[in-house]
Amino acid sequence: MSEFARDQEVLRLAGLGKAYNPGTPLEQQVLHDIELRLSRGELTALIGPSGSGKSTLLNVIGLLDSPTAGELYLLGQPTRDLDDGARTRLRNESIGFVFQFHHLIPAFSVLDNVLMPLMIRHGKPRAEDVALARELLEAVGLAEFAQKKANQISGGQQQRVAIARALVTRPALLLADEPTGNLDTKTAETVFELFRRFNREFGCAVLVVTHDPRLAASCARTVQLVDGRIVSDRTSA
Amino acid sequence: MRLIDAQWIEWKIALRFLADNRLQSLLIIVGIAVGAAVIVFITALVTGLQANVIQRTLGTQAHIRVLPPDEVNRVPAPADGAVALNLENPRAQRLRTIVNWQDVRDLLDARGELRAVSPLISGPAIARRGVARASVNLLGIDPERYQRIIPIAPDLIAGRFHIEAGHAVIGKELAEDLGLGVGDKLRLDAGGGREVVVDVSGIFELEVRELDARYVYLDLKQAQALLDLPGGVTVIETAVDEIFQAEAIAERLARLTGLKAESWMATNGQLLNALRSQTMTTQMIRLFVGLSVAFGIASVLAVSVVQRTREIGILRAMGSPRGQILRVFLLQGGLLGLAGSGLGGLVGWSLVQVFNTFGPGLFFIPVDPALIPTAMAVATVTGVLAAAMPARRAARYDPAVAIRYV
Repeated sequence: MSEFARDQEVLRLAGLGKAYNPGTPLEQQVLHDIELRLSRGELTALIGPSGSGKSTLLNVIGLLDSPTAGELYLLGQPTRDLDDGARTRLRNESIGFVFQFHHLIPAFSVLDNVLMPLMIRHGKPRAEDVALARELLEAVGLAEFAQKKANQISGGQQQRVAIARALVTRPALLLADEPTGNLDTKTAETVFELFRRFNREFGCAVLVVTHDPRLAASCARTVQLVDGRIVSDRTSA
Repeated sequence: MRLIDAQWIEWKIALRFLADNRLQSLLIIVGIAVGAAVIVFITALVTGLQANVIQRTLGTQAHIRVLPPDEVNRVPAPADGAVALNLENPRAQRLRTIVNWQDVRDLLDARGELRAVSPLISGPAIARRGVARASVNLLGIDPERYQRIIPIAPDLIAGRFHIEAGHAVIGKELAEDLGLGVGDKLRLDAGGGREVVVDVSGIFELEVRELDARYVYLDLKQAQALLDLPGGVTVIETAVDEIFQAEAIAERLARLTGLKAESWMATNGQLLNALRSQTMTTQMIRLFVGLSVAFGIASVLAVSVVQRTREIGILRAMGSPRGQILRVFLLQGGLLGLAGSGLGGLVGWSLVQVFNTFGPGLFFIPVDPALIPTAMAVATVTGVLAAAMPARRAARYDPAVAIRYV
């Protein structure tokens, strides 16, 4: 797991801007001229007050939303002019998401939820897919819950399942939007520990939006967003 | 199986969504089933009813009768410069033979659209036994050919269908009126001093009063002699395979032979009208029941799409293409249609069996083996079509918005 170059570029934002309702009287500029580069080995916290554009930035980076200015390079590939199909594919192959409200699909078992990105990609899971999913569940400490329905486990457990799901495709970039927002302190720490561990072991760049200053402080790099602009970008030793 | 393999995840998600919304799925399946049962039952019932009516009507008459053309007055053209004032009376139509009927018969025999061809002579006579008299219709037939058009033998209630010189087969009503039994003598008087005494060899009952009281079947030659048309036939009766093509075929035959051709459709206008309006009513019922089923499926899926907004967002965020989401919901529509119509088909079929077993017993309803599979196929397609609108809506969700939906 350590053959990757820790400083390999995963994401680069060049003059990226986002406006809602562009060209109308309701136009609202949410992101201004964002410059940001993330590399494989980095665990980065994105902080900022409410309404500063953190979630919008995360959606744009996650290819769920498109920028209205600038360019977004994912693994060196420009993405602005890709059509929906290509963006969807890229999202499936290179990006893992963890959301605040767990967002598992309750109709499916824990194991199926973890396998979902792979099943979306190529249908029936292969033996090695299932083995990887079980390995990840083991890593997040939920191996014995594999066959439970997703809504039969606790919130903290669901969030750990969501992390396993985000990692099952071995993404280059893991995006987490306030993943510990409604978890107690102890569970939140466990979840963050998992981010650190997978960042180290899988070499996947992690970008976490968080409100919790203690957790932010535990990340090697902290990017602060205010009113849609990056106001500070600190890397601690 | 290849299709299922290629869209494995769509099937998995669609089935899981349906199973997860158990009550909702069950209710709509029952709704579809009721509609499908109504369609299956009413289709079987009306098809059976119509087949029965047609069979009863056509069981005792030819599909097309070929007759000599009516006799008309010929008015010579007036000489140049002269004015002709004509007083014209329509001519009495005497009993006439079809000219060259053997050739016409051979011509008709060679036509594939005709299942059977039977020349016969038909004319009026008085039947007498002792002092009792009854007016009858003599039919001189070639028994073998005639039986292929109207099978008399199965309707015999006494004796046998034995047609040759000196023998006659008569109807039950006539036998009762004249007190005749098999082997008794019957005197037939065709007028003009032509009389003959025949043995009754068989008695039939077609359950049509007019026929049972008036038809007397004789040997062709004997009837020709009685009716004073030696070697002649007055009508050629035919049967076709496609009974509803009879009118079109009759028109062709008339042009081909220069004779008059009457189809059963022309002579049973009322019946045909009734059958047509029945068919139209059935089709209307089917259409409207089908529409209400389609709207039912569409509304259930529309609700389901809203309920699953967040899950659709999650799937899209994990890289599920729009097409995949679309197919998940189309599949649900198709599966609901298939399951509902399968159940409904079974219920409809059971209703038919109940009707056949415990019903009034007026007639038997057969169920066309293709009916239920066809209904299921149509319902499945309807389900997919009904799902189109909700499915498109689901596929168009903006994942960034959908995922925040609570």
